[in-house]
Amino acid sequence: MMDDLVRVSGSLRRRLMISLISGAAILSVLLFFVVRHYAAQIAQDSQDSILRASVSSILDAAVIRDGQVEVDFPYASFSMLDTDRDDRVFYGIYQDRRLLSGYADLPLPAGRIADEAQFSTALVDGTVVRQASATRMLIGASERTRIAVTVAQTQDALAGTLQDISRTVALFCALFFGLVTALSVVAASATIDPLSRLATSVARRGPQDLRPFEKQVPSELVPLVSSLNRLMGRLDQSLTRSEDFIAEAAHRVRTPLATVRTYAESTLQRVSRQENRDALRAMVRAIDESSRAATQLLDHAMITFRADHLERKDLDLGALVEDLVMRLSPIAEMKDVDLVFETQGPVAVSGDEILIQNAIRNLIDNALKYAPHETVVTIRVEHAPRPAVSIIDQGPGFPTQDMDGLTVRFARGDNAGGIIGSGLGLTIAKDVAVAHDGALTLSNTEKGGACVTLSF
Amino acid sequence: MRYLVLLTFLFCAQIANAQIWEDRRVFQSGEPAVSLRIISSTDTAFLEPIIDEFVALNPEVAVEYLVMGTADIDGIFRAAPDTFDVVISSAMDLQLKLVNDGFAAKVTETVLPDWAKWRQSLFAFTVEPAAIVINRAAFQGRDVPQTRQELIKALRDRPYFFAHNLGTYDVRRSGLGYLFATQDARASETYWRLMEVMGGLGTRLYCCSGEMLDDLASGDIAVAYNVLGSYAEARSDIADKIQIILPSDFPTTMMRTAMVSDHAPHPDASAAFVRHLIATQTNTAMTEGGLRPIDTGITRPTIHLEPALMTYLDRLKRRTFIKEWENAIIQ
Repeated sequence: MMDDLVRVSGSLRRRLMISLISGAAILSVLLFFVVRHYAAQIAQDSQDSILRASVSSILDAAVIRDGQVEVDFPYASFSMLDTDRDDRVFYGIYQDRRLLSGYADLPLPAGRIADEAQFSTALVDGTVVRQASATRMLIGASERTRIAVTVAQTQDALAGTLQDISRTVALFCALFFGLVTALSVVAASATIDPLSRLATSVARRGPQDLRPFEKQVPSELVPLVSSLNRLMGRLDQSLTRSEDFIAEAAHRVRTPLATVRTYAESTLQRVSRQENRDALRAMVRAIDESSRAATQLLDHAMITFRADHLERKDLDLGALVEDLVMRLSPIAEMKDVDLVFETQGPVAVSGDEILIQNAIRNLIDNALKYAPHETVVTIRVEHAPRPAVSIIDQGPGFPTQDMDGLTVRFARGDNAGGIIGSGLGLTIAKDVAVAHDGALTLSNTEKGGACVTLSF
Repeated sequence: MRYLVLLTFLFCAQIANAQIWEDRRVFQSGEPAVSLRIISSTDTAFLEPIIDEFVALNPEVAVEYLVMGTADIDGIFRAAPDTFDVVISSAMDLQLKLVNDGFAAKVTETVLPDWAKWRQSLFAFTVEPAAIVINRAAFQGRDVPQTRQELIKALRDRPYFFAHNLGTYDVRRSGLGYLFATQDARASETYWRLMEVMGGLGTRLYCCSGEMLDDLASGDIAVAYNVLGSYAEARSDIADKIQIILPSDFPTTMMRTAMVSDHAPHPDASAAFVRHLIATQTNTAMTEGGLRPIDTGITRPTIHLEPALMTYLDRLKRRTFIKEWENAIIQ
């Protein structure tokens, strides 16, 4: 019922998991691109260095012989460009930007070419190639000339390597993501668990348990727990104060009421006019009810106090109830109601004697109040299935709707009209039942009478 | 009727191309719908059984087989790549450069090991050694040279006998001859010494293995250097007159390669033909009069399919090499 009142805004665990997992996802993707980029650069660097070696081996072979440029470059110049994907090779040997030999499709890069190899990416025959170019000054007997060499290679093997690397890196990143996800589940649990434990221990507490929490909690929970403790302390204090106040008030009201009753009784002996006597009798009855209510308030305050500090003893429920029935018999007789006690031998119960007595007395009291004249109220003690006391009257019974609501403090049945009562009797019985981990069951008999069962 | 039309068409095409082929054969079975044009440096006889089998399995395809020297093939094909379907050549360097220059289509093929193909476009289907072939009579009663060094010694021992009695490829005209020469020169300085000795004695230069073998059989020359071993082995008609020597100092072995033109008029049939060629020539026993097949288990030949093959095709490198070669052999 309380859950309906609490407005839920997501789950802390889910929020934590989502942050952790989406963080891991972003990190994995980032890692993938960074590693792949780095690997691509390394792969490109290695292709570049081979191209550079090829270019310089061709340049080194260039000589001027009899005024003619000869480039008797070694077999290795191209042999080193052999790849497992059989990449295509293009080259050009230029003298002062005039093609001496090689592919016309592969132009020299625009601008000045340095002696050190420079790299560029070009298109040859519709295919992307990596190109390395360098120059060298040749000095002959009478002339100087600048030889430029450019060597280019397709990137099939590079693409293959990159694909392999990408696949490996993707697998690695997926593993990383999986691991982090698993870790986030663990981390979220570890973070949420103290909170869950606190919530469980709060939920498991009885309604009367207002002791402060003393278990160790993480530092983040300290403000919450200390606030909770302060709140409960205040609540406990104010509850105690109000119970004290009620008890004090009831007690203070009862004594003057008794005095007033004595005066009313003695006055009743003295007056003889019928209307005055009637008025006085009504007065006495009202005083009785008031004092009864005051007693019940006292009982209730006492029960509230004792429920927190139960004094359990081994009792014989049968003997306890029989004693009560005997004590209440005179009141029953005054109302022309028969109290019938039924038992099947001793019924052992562990409980607070005063509380149980109080509860059963209130229940019998209730029954007597609602039982019509010349009827029977049956008090039955059973030991199976659970030790229980049932009080059955032949009155009008409980109103069928809202039967559970009757045990709430000061609630009274719809059909209670005309009968004076405080509405505390069932509440007292119920509190006693709950304090003993028992139950108070209300029902109506087939003939219409009310049946209250207090079971332990 | 259809056959007549086809013939007329082919005749006209021939006129239009105005090309004189060393050999030209049309293979077909049934009524072909398409005609594959294969330009090849391999003598028809070697591939005849393979092409016959192919047209028998694919009656809808006819094969027009055109034979030309390796250097000419390169020129003719580069000039009109859309008029040929398949290019077969023993000049690995020229073939590899064709692929590198983007003239070849990719063909799905999974039988060959990596060393026997390049860019999934150029496929080797033979492994063939370069051989020294001698006239048996010329070495009657004498030690047969087993290495280039021994050959040099033999030539120096009888200079008058061998004068103008030697033969080798004219590397300026033969792509395969140039490939063998450059690879020999790469392998050992012995090549240049041999060339100088041969040049000093006066050596005849040939465009093709066939003529060299004919002259060898007739006794016009006593020694032929860097003859294609498989061609010599196949000549059963002169087998008793010649002896094939695979030099034991350093062997030179090449691979005959095939590729499908990137602009092939019939790409599917071309790919089917190349796959058939590879399937027949891989991991099988060598057939009588055939070409030595690819054995995926053995180590690869000395000449690898790699971009370095383009080294000696470079204009400057070629100029330098030819000059050096001419200085050695033409004296």
